[in-house]
Amino acid sequence: MNVFAKLYYRLAKAAKAMQLYLVIAGPGIVVMVADNDAGGITTYAATGAKYGYNLIWFLLLLIPVAYYVQEMTVRLGAVTKRGHAEAIFAGFGAFWGWFSLIDLMIVDWLTLVTEFIGMTSALEIFGIPPWFTYVAVVLLLGTIVLNGRYWTWEKIALLFCALNLVYIPGAFMVHPSMQDIARQGLLPNLPGGFNGQLFFFLMANIGTTIAPWMLFFQQSAVVDKGLLEKDIPWGKFDTWLGSVLTVVVAVFIVVVTGTVLRGVDIDSAAQASSQLQETHHWVGTFMAIGLFDAGLLGAICISLASSWAFGEIFGWAHSLNTNIREAPWFYACYFLTLVSAGAVVLIPGAPLVLITLFVQVIAVTLLPAALVFLILLLNDKENMGDFTNTPLQNVLGGTIVVIIVVLSTLYGMSVLFPGLFG
Amino acid sequence: MIRSLSRLVQKFHSINVRYSNPRIGMSPAVRTCLMALRLYLLFLVALMLYKFVSLIVA
Repeated sequence: MNVFAKLYYRLAKAAKAMQLYLVIAGPGIVVMVADNDAGGITTYAATGAKYGYNLIWFLLLLIPVAYYVQEMTVRLGAVTKRGHAEAIFAGFGAFWGWFSLIDLMIVDWLTLVTEFIGMTSALEIFGIPPWFTYVAVVLLLGTIVLNGRYWTWEKIALLFCALNLVYIPGAFMVHPSMQDIARQGLLPNLPGGFNGQLFFFLMANIGTTIAPWMLFFQQSAVVDKGLLEKDIPWGKFDTWLGSVLTVVVAVFIVVVTGTVLRGVDIDSAAQASSQLQETHHWVGTFMAIGLFDAGLLGAICISLASSWAFGEIFGWAHSLNTNIREAPWFYACYFLTLVSAGAVVLIPGAPLVLITLFVQVIAVTLLPAALVFLILLLNDKENMGDFTNTPLQNVLGGTIVVIIVVLSTLYGMSVLFPGLFG
Repeated sequence: MIRSLSRLVQKFHSINVRYSNPRIGMSPAVRTCLMALRLYLLFLVALMLYKFVSLIVA
């Protein structure tokens, strides 16, 4: 009897913990899964096609990298109740504040253009014209944010996150060899030796794992959701789960292209989808659906990251819990970013490839600053109290930040000067 | 129009005033980090300018 009582008590406790987590779950998973945006899907597809399963181990290493960076935004947001833009203004003054805000606006807008490129090219595979995709996406995203509740927005975003898992059945449908995956993918190795091209791919994968908008988005989402200091452990768990999910999805994409498209040069995820459809119709279809979903999730988050940041600094009402009358500037900023970025894709002859490359270069001007500010703010004992970075967290976070800064800078430089690394 | 512009300028001014004093204590470590960031950004700007000029010349 005692055993049953104990079991019941433990189950009830676990169920209660799960209930509590479901209330808090959201920002971490959404930001991490949205990190697998249209550009990310292309990077993973190209990585699999180029190196097969050989770089899976490297993707797995990105789980703690993404987690340790993003969990800092959870603590900072929950303790200070400030978004990242406001925290930078308050902490480092107007110069660094304006620099971060304007840079964020440019990076977000350019990234949003790439999301629209991904979404329109994905649906073009099904014969849907780009203008229709554009109008449908703007209407859909408008409807999602205009419901006047953060909770509803978040649950819809989580639904789209679930759709991102469409790559998993796709990977099983191409019947990859588990032995090959374990042998080639799980043991650290550098296929073909260390050379310029491999280095470019490694940098590109890191570059897609941590993007500047993610820091701003998650911190603002934590504040808008109203997470408190007591919720930090669950917020961290949410971030951990999200970082595992994002890498799992990336691994399955690599498995798909590594199995079917090995040796093919992939320029875009849409191209990979079309080629997959020739031999594995449903896998290619899943890939295209996943690409559209990835672009949509990216668009959902990126457009909000800018609006939240501007709202924080200009003192406008900037919560998804407000309606359009209460926060007109917040929603105006949101729609202006969304509508203008999407419209670029419809311009005949627009330099879309140039824009895609330019995003990487501009992103490296903001990412190091945002990361360094994050570490410095997390060391501000006066504000962070018990949640200040411990020496171990500083060593871990600091090392990760230095690695990301160096590699993303080299990546930006290699985009600027393509022959730099051979 | 002019009214809206002046209101906007005022808004920017008030933001600058509000955040004129950094709240973070400017310890040597923080100063070093900020200086390194400035140098890093100058380096990136120089690279982009070089690329821009070389594209125009070519």
